[in-house]
Amino acid sequence: MTHLDLSPRIDDPDRLYAALVEAHEGLDEAASLRLQARIILLLANHIGSTATVCAAIDEARRFG
Amino acid sequence: MPSTYAQPHYAYRPSPQAEATHPVVVVGAGLVGLTVALDLAQRGIDVVVLDDDDTVSFGSRAICFAKRTLEIFSRLGLGEAMLAKGVQWNTGRVFAGVREIWHFDLQPEPGHAHPAFVNLQQYYVEEWLVAACEATGRVDIRWKHRVSAIDPREDGAVLSVDTPDGAVTLQAGWLLACDGARSFIRESLGLPFVGQVFRDRFLIADVVMQAPFPPERWFWFDPPFHPGGSVLLHRQADDVWRIDFQLGWDADPEAEKQPERVRARVQAMLDMAVAPGIAFELEWVSVYTFRCRRLERFRHDRVIFLGDAAHQVSPFGARGGNGGVQDADNLAWKLAAVLRGEAPEALIDSYDAERIPAADENISHSTRSTDFITPKTKAAHAIRDAVLDLAARHAFARPLVNSGRLSRPAVLTGSPLSTQDDWDGGVPPGAPAQDAPVQRDGAPDWLLAHLGGDFTLLAFDPPAAIEGAVVVSSNPAPGAFWDSEGQAFARYAAGPGSVVLIRPDQHVAARFRAYDPEAVAAARSRALGA
Ligand SMILES: Cc1cc2nc3c(=O)[nH]c(=O)nc-3n(C[C@H](O)[C@H](O)[C@H](O)COP(=O)(O)OP(=O)(O)OC[C@H]3O[C@@H](n4cnc5c(N)ncnc54)[C@H](O)[C@@H]3O)c2cc1C
Repeated sequence: MTHLDLSPRIDDPDRLYAALVEAHEGLDEAASLRLQARIILLLANHIGSTATVCAAIDEARRFG
Repeated sequence: MPSTYAQPHYAYRPSPQAEATHPVVVVGAGLVGLTVALDLAQRGIDVVVLDDDDTVSFGSRAICFAKRTLEIFSRLGLGEAMLAKGVQWNTGRVFAGVREIWHFDLQPEPGHAHPAFVNLQQYYVEEWLVAACEATGRVDIRWKHRVSAIDPREDGAVLSVDTPDGAVTLQAGWLLACDGARSFIRESLGLPFVGQVFRDRFLIADVVMQAPFPPERWFWFDPPFHPGGSVLLHRQADDVWRIDFQLGWDADPEAEKQPERVRARVQAMLDMAVAPGIAFELEWVSVYTFRCRRLERFRHDRVIFLGDAAHQVSPFGARGGNGGVQDADNLAWKLAAVLRGEAPEALIDSYDAERIPAADENISHSTRSTDFITPKTKAAHAIRDAVLDLAARHAFARPLVNSGRLSRPAVLTGSPLSTQDDWDGGVPPGAPAQDAPVQRDGAPDWLLAHLGGDFTLLAFDPPAAIEGAVVVSSNPAPGAFWDSEGQAFARYAAGPGSVVLIRPDQHVAARFRAYDPEAVAAARSRALGA
């Protein structure tokens, strides 16, 4: 499955956004980066496809 | 100065002033140069080896010799000595802090003559290679002969060589450059050696101790006895242990090598990791930085590069020496066939076609391991630490932990020498032949010991006799190798009547469901570059 689904799919956007930001509360930059990386790895395993994650990386990098 | 090993010093013998052209000259009597010289000599080729020194490898270098290397050295007659003296191991453990987060078994299935690895100091292997070379009567090793200039020609090369008695000139039909990572030959031909340097330093301490510790590879990330760095512990022969401390780029190599400083580091580590207060002696200390790079091409007409002269990797994964030995294994039979007039010179091009992808595989693995151990940026560091965090709790993250992906034999996929087929499973063309326990006339034996040297046809339950074939039978039969445990048929995905053509270096050239002499002959000439 290399297809990256870019259609709107998030069920509760405001809650998701708040959760992503709040997760970093009280953390310094290094700890934040490490937390971010743990989240990415957990989600990557959930997706289970390196190709899909790579497609997401490509899409994310388009913004410079 | 090592206390457990007496360094041999070999006698210098003057070279004659004028000599005929030598068919093959090897520059560098290191691990790889000696291996290729021995292999060529056992194939009936006379070889001159030049080395600037008068002894074997000095101090801490390779210790981990992989199964494929052991198989190659067994073919050359050194396998038993290596198994007897070396420390055999299959298991590696990785710790984050003091907690074990991952372990791997490199040889999970039984039925192989050789273990996944033996640990043995490089100088022993080189010393035995020198003796084996001399025993052939065909290898002329010239110590204290330093190549100081090379003039490559269409039909070989002319070398200027410095000796204790002054300069001599040597002519070579083929020149095998095995002169190591700082290759003089490579530099004098102006060939770029490109890749990357890792901004990190590693302290390698070899210590002698009696320790109640298993023969396994233990690797720590950020242990309490060396916060922020990694540490590797490995057992070698003679109760010598290799300890490898990651120091970081800013470390001062001279200060770090001071014996008192090293002793304090080692004691702190052993107290916690092995046994409190354990006694040890320092055998050897050095500080390294590592690189991953290779030549664009290994063959330059009559000059061919092997080993570290052709490619260099970081030691995480033990791919340097093991890769170089496979270079020698790949080239020797081809060069011998060309020199004997049995194959066109174009066969030598397949050395590049086969060994460049193999070098790239080694470089890729060792680069990825080093990138995990030495993250280059803050973000990379965070990802690495996140993997270690998660691995402690979740199985899914453990395969991401990379403390070195240990050397595996090259599968020469897409080799121009292979005859492709549509088999499902088994040992594909290009892959090294698999071992299996067998019995011949009631005596236990190993299949691999009877493959290679020359082309071999491996025949499974052949319906009619095939001259010269190595026969594997599903029931005991006189002269045949009885597949007593069914492993040979299974590993090769063979059925009754199947035949497998094995190259002189034990890699598979072709497979057929039934014996057809013409098809086998065509596959053989393809494998000889015709
Ligand atoms: C700390 C460390 C740990 C390692 N661990 C492992 C491991 O566990 N497993 C593994 O497989 N590999 C390991 N390696 C890598 C391994 O040691 C090398 O890949 C291997 O030695 C390469 O062999 P070589 O014959 O190509 O080169 P070398 O062993 O370097 O031999 C080159 C030879 O050429 C000679 N020479 C050089 N210039 C000239 C000249 N101008 N004229 C004549 N002679 C010359 C030198 O004297 C030397 O004898 C390790 C390396 C290091 C540094």
